Amino acid sequence: MSTAEENHRGGSFRRRPAWLGVYAAAVYGFLYLPIAVLVIYSFNGPGVGGFPPRALTLDWYRQLLSDLALWDTVANSLLVALAAVAIALALGLPAALALDRARFPGKALFRRLVLLPLILPGIITGLSLLMLFVASGIHLSLLTITLGHGTALISVATTEIFAGLQKLDRSQEEASLDLGATHWQTFWRVTLPSLRVPLIAAALLIFTLSIDEIAVSFFLIGRSNTLPLEIWSRLRRGITPEINAISAVILCFSVSMIVLWYHLRRRREQPEAGAAELIQTSLQKETA
Amino acid sequence: MYTRSYKVSVSIPPLLWVTIFLLVPYALLFCYSFWSVSAGAIVRHWNLDNYRELARSPMYLTVLFRSMKIAAAVTSLALLLGYPLAYFLSFYAKLRKDLLYQLVIIPLWVSYLVRGYAWKTILGSEGVLNGFLQYMHLVRHPVEFFLYSPFAVVLTLTHIYTPFTFLPIYASLEHVPRNLVEASQDLGASPAVTFWRVIFPLSLPGVLAGATFAFVLALGDFLAPLLVGGPSGIMISNIVVSLFGAAFNWPLGAAISLCLLVLVVTLLFVVERVEKKLSFS
Repeated sequence: MSTAEENHRGGSFRRRPAWLGVYAAAVYGFLYLPIAVLVIYSFNGPGVGGFPPRALTLDWYRQLLSDLALWDTVANSLLVALAAVAIALALGLPAALALDRARFPGKALFRRLVLLPLILPGIITGLSLLMLFVASGIHLSLLTITLGHGTALISVATTEIFAGLQKLDRSQEEASLDLGATHWQTFWRVTLPSLRVPLIAAALLIFTLSIDEIAVSFFLIGRSNTLPLEIWSRLRRGITPEINAISAVILCFSVSMIVLWYHLRRRREQPEAGAAELIQTSLQKETA
Repeated sequence: MYTRSYKVSVSIPPLLWVTIFLLVPYALLFCYSFWSVSAGAIVRHWNLDNYRELARSPMYLTVLFRSMKIAAAVTSLALLLGYPLAYFLSFYAKLRKDLLYQLVIIPLWVSYLVRGYAWKTILGSEGVLNGFLQYMHLVRHPVEFFLYSPFAVVLTLTHIYTPFTFLPIYASLEHVPRNLVEASQDLGASPAVTFWRVIFPLSLPGVLAGATFAFVLALGDFLAPLLVGGPSGIMISNIVVSLFGAAFNWPLGAAISLCLLVLVVTLLFVVERVEKKLSFS
């Protein structure tokens, strides 16, 4: 059992300094204060400011439901997010496989480049891609936004899948190859199924990040807006409580996605059942 | 075990993508930074004018230094908030460790825009904070400097990047071997001494990683200044945004972006070296 797994069971020192608990609670309070205020004031009759909140109302949510222009952009965002997931996974999977298994000149540079968009401020990714599209004559549109999201989020896919590959039992693949399967068959029937959880986890995360993405999208926007960009342009015109309402909705959605993602990842720590066991037991039968 | 054709077919698609969508764009950024603009069009005449202007003009340097100060403030605050939280979770949380961990990463992945907007509504002169202070009769008139100031930018960015510092610190604290800690205690050291001489040094790689993340991302941020910064809270990326927008000077904007890119890559390089020296395992 690794140190981290041992430690996760928690608790080390006997007495907890009182101030540490208070401090931790204060930090949590700081992290959640704006979110709480946002949600509370989305129900506030008089609007976004002032104190205390009074006249609880669902009006802003009703206004939100009938705001068709906004829902158009929600549809755009969903489309872009799904496409971004497809691109990021389709490229992140071979990238992770290559990093895990292949050796080629420039591999270190390749690894850094793939992971760079994670730490680089979005403006650099966004602007450099803008120059690419301008230079190649591609008009800015939802497509360019999708390509931008794919580029920025491929690092997320690669990281998740790579972590999953590290936990993979290599002997299963070896056994499959020894038993006569081709590389392609082995990939489809042994590797990919055991990557199911990391792939779903990555998809969830990429989807959520794409829905919320604004920094890179800012520079690649054409005539159609995604949801964050639409909210942004409305903000320029003035704050309305309807924005609180849609923000609260986005919050609920993101939170549920993240909680799901987290639980999927925790589940991965448990031993994989099913196909793996079948192969192992059949091997034992052969040698017995 | 893996044939050459397997390795090749697995490496080619991502390599292609990385070349087209990362390397080529950066190369374009590089080229643009040496061109100039005249009468509303981009002139592909290679020169160093942009860089000369950046080096000499006080405005760009001022904004750059202000951005670095803001980024440094954000990083320090985020570390001050994130480290004790990670320490608490790693060493003292027992029953609800999982839940508490989720509670930290949730704000991390929840929309930047939503959180920035929330601070905007809180800090304004008609916002929640001023409303609260007036309601409690602590002030008679709204306090102006909460919003549209560097203070607001630092506050918002600290809020955004505290989970970023928490994550790697927590990860490195989790890997501190508990038997070392126990040994230290058995040898008679107080928790404070154990912390400073055993735990903290072992957690430095995580601290470094978190600090780098927070600093780099805060430095290049342009959304928070636009939301809550006002004219006094402008950062270097806002200048780049306007150069690509109304101020139409793509080459100059590209030059600044390239400087930012080089700065970030250099910083990452240096941190990696330092991290290698620091890690014990």
